[in-house]
Amino acid sequence: MSTAEVRGPVEVYLDLLSQPCRALHILLNCAKIPHKVRTVALRKGENKSPHFTKLNPMQKIPVMVDNGFILTESVAILKYLATKYDVPEHWYPRQPEKRARVDEYTAWHHSNTRPHSTKVFILEVLFPTQSGSPVDSMRLTRALSELDDTLDKLETMFLRRQPFLCGDDITVADLLAVCELMQPLGGDRDVLQNHPPLQRWRTRVQSAVGDSFNQAHAVLYALRDRRKAKL
Amino acid sequence: MVLELYLDLNSQPCRSVYIFAKKNNIPFDFQKISLLDGEQYGEEFGKISLIRKAPALRDGDFCLAESIAILHYLAEKFKTPDFWFPVDLHQRARVNEYLSWQHMALRMHGSRIFWLRLLIPKILGVDVPQDKMDAALDDLKHSLNLLEEKFIQDKPFIAGDQISLADLVAIVEVMQPLGSGLDVFEDRPKLSAWRDRVEAAIGKELFDDAHQTILTAQERVSTMDASKMQVFKPKIISFFL
Repeated sequence: MSTAEVRGPVEVYLDLLSQPCRALHILLNCAKIPHKVRTVALRKGENKSPHFTKLNPMQKIPVMVDNGFILTESVAILKYLATKYDVPEHWYPRQPEKRARVDEYTAWHHSNTRPHSTKVFILEVLFPTQSGSPVDSMRLTRALSELDDTLDKLETMFLRRQPFLCGDDITVADLLAVCELMQPLGGDRDVLQNHPPLQRWRTRVQSAVGDSFNQAHAVLYALRDRRKAKL
Repeated sequence: MVLELYLDLNSQPCRSVYIFAKKNNIPFDFQKISLLDGEQYGEEFGKISLIRKAPALRDGDFCLAESIAILHYLAEKFKTPDFWFPVDLHQRARVNEYLSWQHMALRMHGSRIFWLRLLIPKILGVDVPQDKMDAALDDLKHSLNLLEEKFIQDKPFIAGDQISLADLVAIVEVMQPLGSGLDVFEDRPKLSAWRDRVEAAIGKELFDDAHQTILTAQERVSTMDASKMQVFKPKIISFFL
C-alpha cells in the first residue's frame, strides 16, 4: 500500500431493524472504531436497488467496505474489525481456548439463536404487516416453543454460571445473541421474561456497552411504540 | 495426553475435521461416535460436549464443539501452513465470510437432501412428498450456484490461489447429497473442476478415505437397525417435513 493512498474510515451498510446490523453498530460505537454508516432501508427494498446489488449480489446486510475491500456476513465483519482495530481484547480474545469459545458460539448461533428468534418476529410482526393478514397463532406457538428450547440451551450450554456467554468478559458473541433476542420486542414481546438468568445476562450486556445499546435499538423501540399506539 | 476427536464420518463437519487433522499430521485419538444410534445423547458424551453434537474435541481439560471452532483451534495450536487460515486480514476475512454463510445455506440444503432422499424413506420408512423434495432440490441448486458464482468465481479456490478451510468445509457438504445418489456435479463443469483441485490438494487417498463411509451409505442403509432411530422419528419428521 503506497503512502499516497488515502485511507478513510470503514463504511458499513446497515438497517438498524436488522439484528446483525445492530450487533455491528454496537461494536463500532462501543469500541470507538472510526466508521461511516450508510443506511439501507429493507422496508423500502433499498437492498434490491441496482446500486446495492452491485455492492452485494446477495442483497443482504450488513456489508462492510474498507477502502475498496467489500465484506459480507456479520460474524466475519465483527472478527475483521476486532482484529484490525485497536479494540479491547475481550471482544475477540487472542488466547486460543478463549477464542475457541467465541468461535463455538458464533457458529452455533447461525442455526439456533438466529433462526428461532427471527421466526417469532417474522410471524408476529413482519408477515402480518406486509400481508395485512392476522397472525398465524398455531405457527407462532410452535415458533415460541422452539425458541424456548433454544433459550434453555443458551442458558445451560453456554451461559451456565458465567457472567457472559463465553466467560468472564463480554465478547462479540454476546452482541450477536442479545441483538437477536431483542428483535421480538418490536412486537412488544420479551422472549426472556421466563428466563431470569438470561434477563440478568442481558442487563449485564447493556451495562457493559452503555449508551450504544439504546442507540442501536432506537429504531426497534420506535417500531414497538408505533404498533402499541395503534392498538 | 493425546487430543481426542469424537467423529462420525457420516457427518460432513466430522469429515472436514478428520481431513484437516490427518492432512496436517496432527496426532489424535479417533473416538468413533454413531449419530444415528443417538450416542451423542448418552451420559458419556455429555461430559465431552454439553452441546451434544459431533464433531467434538477434547484436549486435556478443554472440550470444544462446532467444526468451525475446532478447525480454527487446531490450525492455531498446531501452526498449520498459513494457507489453511491465512494471517493476512483480507484473506482470513474471505475464509470467515464463507464459513459464516455456509451454515444456513449449503450445509442446510445439502443435509436436507441427504435426509429426504435416503434416511427418511429408507430408515424411517416415511414417504417424502414430492413438493418438499422439489423445494429442497431447488434450495440446493441455489446454494451451489452461489458457491460457484460468488465464492469460487474464477479463482482456483475460495480464498484465492490456494486451498483453505473454506474449501474443506465446502467440499464435505457438496459430497453429502452425492451419498444419497444425487449427482451434484452433473452439468456443473466449474464445480467439478474445483472439486478436482480440492481433492488433489488434500490428496486422493485421504479424500477417498474420509468419504468412504458416506459414499456407501445407500448400501448400508438397507441393513441398518432402524429401531434406535424410532425415538427421534417425531422430531425428525417435524423438522424436515
